[in-house]
Amino acid sequence: MRRAEQGPVLLYHRLVVWLLFLILLLPLAGTLLYSLATSWSATVLPSGLTLKWYLALWSDARFLSAFGHSLLVCFGALLLSVLLILPLLFVVHYHFPRLDGLMNVLILLPFAIPPVVSSVGLLQVYGSGPLPLIGTPWILIGCYFTVALPFMYRAISNNLLALNLRDLMDAARVHGASTWQAAFWVVLPNLRKGVMVALFLSFSFLLGEFVFANLLVGTRYETLQVYLNNMRNSSGHFNSALVISYFFFVLLFTWAANRLNKDLP
Amino acid sequence: MTAPARRAPPWSAPRRGRWLAALCLLPFALVFFAFQIAPLLWVAVNSLQTADGWSLANFTRILESRFYRQAISHSLQVSFWSSLFGLLIALLGSYSLHRVDSRLRDFVNAFATMTSNFAGVPLAFAFIILLGFNGALTLLLRQIGWIEDFNLYSKTGLIVIYTYFQIPLGVLLLYPAFDALREDWRESAALLGASTWRYWCHIGLPVLTPALVGTFVILLANALGAYATVYALTTGNFNIVPIRIAALVAGDINLDPWLASALAMLLVGLMALITLVHQWLLRRSYHAAR
Repeated sequence: MRRAEQGPVLLYHRLVVWLLFLILLLPLAGTLLYSLATSWSATVLPSGLTLKWYLALWSDARFLSAFGHSLLVCFGALLLSVLLILPLLFVVHYHFPRLDGLMNVLILLPFAIPPVVSSVGLLQVYGSGPLPLIGTPWILIGCYFTVALPFMYRAISNNLLALNLRDLMDAARVHGASTWQAAFWVVLPNLRKGVMVALFLSFSFLLGEFVFANLLVGTRYETLQVYLNNMRNSSGHFNSALVISYFFFVLLFTWAANRLNKDLP
Repeated sequence: MTAPARRAPPWSAPRRGRWLAALCLLPFALVFFAFQIAPLLWVAVNSLQTADGWSLANFTRILESRFYRQAISHSLQVSFWSSLFGLLIALLGSYSLHRVDSRLRDFVNAFATMTSNFAGVPLAFAFIILLGFNGALTLLLRQIGWIEDFNLYSKTGLIVIYTYFQIPLGVLLLYPAFDALREDWRESAALLGASTWRYWCHIGLPVLTPALVGTFVILLANALGAYATVYALTTGNFNIVPIRIAALVAGDINLDPWLASALAMLLVGLMALITLVHQWLLRRSYHAAR
């Protein structure tokens, strides 16, 4: 299937690919243009260009604090994921390979159960009682851990399989390392790149999470997406600058992940 | 389970090590239970609870209400059409992606991966700017005369915006499937005198069918559970199942977590049903028979 065509057939395929690209680009390009426009209403093209919306956005204290909240929650959730998933994967692959089947079913749950469904239960279980987490960033860290889990698990698992864990561990043990030492000093450094790729990609989709943030926490610990939604009644240009700034970070992290992925052996 | 699988493998670690290893699973199990299993259990149990104890009353209330039936119907329609359109565009796109030079292919593939993150609130805002009542594209299309009027906040509008976020996901899922189509099959078919059309009807599409159905199912589930986009677009005024669930637990009036649980279980049940049908189709497909 990997043969480039020639003549009119190639032209057709090129056209389709460019059309696909244009469809995907259009909303982004429109928003970008809107964020740079002085004013744009009832005409097809804006009347002038300016950077004032970006200046207004990046000097807005509420935006900066929401952005900080988002970063903290995402980093917290990713740290938790690494701390929980790495030992889990190591133990599953090294000691209990048969658990992998069960894990593959379990990690489908966050994917199959929409956040709006989980939120119904979360609001009741953590609304009051011994663990009143609703309205705090802690509940988001826990939820974002589950959101990132399927992806992180699969990505790191594939990496571990490619490593040939068994031989690596045996080799380290022959040279006198304990299981802990071998896991920490031999296996972990070999996983570094794969874990980084998974982290970058997870970060870029966690930054866009809205359902949990809005239903469980809302304005009590406003994150980027909730802020964006709450600003709906402000200027459309301002909102566009916000959307573009947000997407710039997504772009940056996906690009970094892509680059790292290409360097992977 | 067979006997050899049960025997401890030769590399089995010492017993104490295994206990320590099992202990390493505990933190994960606790957090996963707390944030994934426990809420789901709460929903499952409480969907069957009313003031008088266990009953199916929540479910019958939903199915007897025209309002909730409308929400379910809207959910199904928007999800079905957006998945179908998304799948068709992704199918045409990923096939052509396979047949252009690698620079263009890698670039558009990478771009599709990035735009798969462009969903929810930012996407709704972008669409309001482009296709809202005074959106640039609405004005342009009206000037050309292609459309009389376009209402982004209607069912049609929702299908358009849902289709948009289905496309990158569809491309990501379908693109690898084309590797199964071998170039020599197409050449053989052409040598034997088959037209392009017959090649696709008898070879291409049948080989791709499992991937197409699988992608369709994932897109359907994706659309059925989507909440952020429609919420941001219509401030929760469009009657669709995820909006109704959220309104029942986080709205200003009429809080009823039990009814919300029942509605949530209906949504989960619907997805489970789709998955089961998918599995059944897979089992009787041509590929499984081989």
